[in-house]
Amino acid sequence: MVGLATVFGAGGGTSSYREVEDTDVIVLWGSNARVAHPIFFHRVLRGIRNGAKLFVVDPRRTDSARWADRWLGLHVGADIALAHAIGREIIAAGLYNRAFVEGSTTGFDEYRAAVEPWTLEHAEVVTGVPADAIRELAHAFARADRAQMCWTLGITEHHNGVDNVLSLINLNLLCGQVGRYGAGIQPLRGQNNVQGGGDMGAIPNKMSGFQDILDAEVRHKFGTAWNCTIQPHYGKHLTQMFEAMERKEMRALYVIGENPAQSEADSAHAIHILEGLEHMVVQDIFLTKTAELADVVLPASAAWCETEGTVTNSERRVQRVRKAIEAPAGSRDDAAIIIELAHRMGHTEWQYPTAESIWDELRSLSPMHHGMSYARLEALDGIQWPCPSNDTLEPSYLHGRLWAENPADRGRLAPFSAVSWAGPVDLITDEFPIRLTTGRRLDSYNTGVQSGAISSPLREGETLDMNPDDAMRIGIGNDEVVRITSRRGSIEAPVRYDSHLRPGLAFMTFHFPDEIDVNVLTIEANDPKSGTAEFKASAIRVEKLNAPVPVAGE
Amino acid sequence: MTSIYETPVGLPRRAVSIQINGEEVKVSEGATILDACKAHGTDVPTLCYGDTLDPVNACRVCVVEVEGNRVLVPSCSRKVEPGMVINTDNERTRHSRKMVLELLGSSVDLSAAPMVAGWNDQYQADPTRFGESKTVKQSVKIDNDLYVRDYSRCILCYKCVDACGEQWQNSFAISVAGRGFNAHISTEFDVELPDSACVYCGNCVEVCPTGALMFKTEHDMRVADTWDESAQQQTTTICPYCGVGCSLTLHTQDNTIVKVTSPHESAVGSGNLCIKGRFGFQHVQTLKHN
Repeated sequence: MVGLATVFGAGGGTSSYREVEDTDVIVLWGSNARVAHPIFFHRVLRGIRNGAKLFVVDPRRTDSARWADRWLGLHVGADIALAHAIGREIIAAGLYNRAFVEGSTTGFDEYRAAVEPWTLEHAEVVTGVPADAIRELAHAFARADRAQMCWTLGITEHHNGVDNVLSLINLNLLCGQVGRYGAGIQPLRGQNNVQGGGDMGAIPNKMSGFQDILDAEVRHKFGTAWNCTIQPHYGKHLTQMFEAMERKEMRALYVIGENPAQSEADSAHAIHILEGLEHMVVQDIFLTKTAELADVVLPASAAWCETEGTVTNSERRVQRVRKAIEAPAGSRDDAAIIIELAHRMGHTEWQYPTAESIWDELRSLSPMHHGMSYARLEALDGIQWPCPSNDTLEPSYLHGRLWAENPADRGRLAPFSAVSWAGPVDLITDEFPIRLTTGRRLDSYNTGVQSGAISSPLREGETLDMNPDDAMRIGIGNDEVVRITSRRGSIEAPVRYDSHLRPGLAFMTFHFPDEIDVNVLTIEANDPKSGTAEFKASAIRVEKLNAPVPVAGE
Repeated sequence: MTSIYETPVGLPRRAVSIQINGEEVKVSEGATILDACKAHGTDVPTLCYGDTLDPVNACRVCVVEVEGNRVLVPSCSRKVEPGMVINTDNERTRHSRKMVLELLGSSVDLSAAPMVAGWNDQYQADPTRFGESKTVKQSVKIDNDLYVRDYSRCILCYKCVDACGEQWQNSFAISVAGRGFNAHISTEFDVELPDSACVYCGNCVEVCPTGALMFKTEHDMRVADTWDESAQQQTTTICPYCGVGCSLTLHTQDNTIVKVTSPHESAVGSGNLCIKGRFGFQHVQTLKHN
């Protein structure tokens, strides 16, 4: 979201799902959509049947990669190196869209200089992807009439996740693959309403509708509407909050619908910090591990089926959520709880007539949501932002302005980002020789608090998926329980042979933290811009359980 | 097919004039007779037609008369042509529908197919005319906790195979096995679902017109005689899992979710879900059941 906002001013994907059916080249980069976003992948499959070429860039040969024309199995964290090599090849072959680059972008010369060292041969060494495969993707992407660049957490969950995103957007800018029907960028959000949370202003630097908090006019507008003073500086994102808690600057925490005790990287460290708080309030539909640490727990109703409201999906579509069942006795709607708290703090003027009235207040303050009345959301099966008008709809893709004939109509030009490559923080050494990456399985979700109740015949529990040769070399059998150690901690889990993993690569989920807490292993190396941790790249050692335990100091 | 698949860059379509039951009707070129009848407000019964699937022409319930054609034509797949004269409700089509309903009703159990009882009345069809016993009697296959397969209700319309296969899910867990009277829907080597390629998206359940594929919750409630559609509500909301944002229609009875479907006209999923959206609602019910 940060990367897209940097380049285009709006933190949303530029295309819509349907456009992936009407495109010529689809790149799934760090995304196993077949498993993590199955219904989006239906659209990809229809695109393939309509003749599109699919390239999957992923360290693992995933279920998605099985449908690809080419799978580019790169080393974990080598994304920028690969993207730069693709960019350099496109420039060197004269395939970039000169008219678009000259007329609608800025910073091309710096970008060209940044990618210059990344020859195909150099990139092959750093990324592990054969030069021919890189060239093939570069040429296909550049020559396509319309191409789609899609990514997920494989790109963002790195210490330099924002730079990863920027390096991919560069390729779309280079080839003019943005701002047209079928040509664009689709970041697939990992969680329901991640998009909506940011759009509504639940990020530390923006008010609702991506209006920057440093803009005095914006502060004045919201301050007047709410009869308060809005702070003229950015707040803290999650990582900065944990740092402030560690320094004891932040001493109280109010957690709504999040389970940081299990979802944060290096969870032992995270729990230690949470335990050091003077006061913690947790508002959730479950008594999560985080809630167990709290001073006060506020039972909330399940937003998606016990309350009214809206969410926003990965294609910027605002959708109505409706109440289907009564919430358990004693639990309340999130908004009702917040307003009760305001009343206790003396703000008795806060009222909560309906979810629609809150939404209408948002519409009065956020121009890009202005045209989305509940009646229109109902009639149109949701509406994609921006929707400033009460009568008309905008195209399904963003930034068509960049193609305006008159340069004055193109608005702010899209800047290239001359980012540099930096490999994962957690280094592979003789002591920690295996690269562990994490992800999802089809029938499970995050820390499992919701999906754990599905009686799924597919579920096998947590395993350490390893390349069979790697496992056999150290004498580990399939299903054998092993000790897995990183620089943060150590856990035990059964091994599963997976020939789709390249040598040196291992995979785990984080769906079963109560049994096997994988985030004991992951590294709290965070992106300075987005605050996202490097869940995708840890260095581990795998040992047989009966191996002698090394004694400290020896 | 329906308009939701039109690409925004599609070619303009001419209007075609046809006659339905004596009335002049204008419809877009490329529409089917069924599309035209729906737009005109003429009711044509369908079983194997799926609004998100290619027509399979299996059940013959939707046949209509096109003047100048030797045989009745399936309205779900036949495209309109200029000047077509269509009769959907004359003696010949009514007689055909009566026969088709009687043949289907004598071979399989249509009691869970929502509209069939009404059609039997409307066309004076007597499903017992060809003998009381069902030719396909078999027990319900219950091999997982999510959905059951009752092939004594199956009319072999292939919609489940198409939804599981290349038209949507591309899992290819089921196909048609056997030939002629032995034709049936089967997993590979007839293994149980947990040993098959099934990923429990339930997109086959979504399109099944006769209840041969059914949520286990619905099956259990029907067995216990507590399934009561007149006491159920349907509420459409959004899936709480990944960021794709599929629409879920929650079927509730006594404040409990008993089944999940998805609106076929949804721009996001066209009626399709994954295992989490389709069956991932237990976490809001555990409290009530404990």
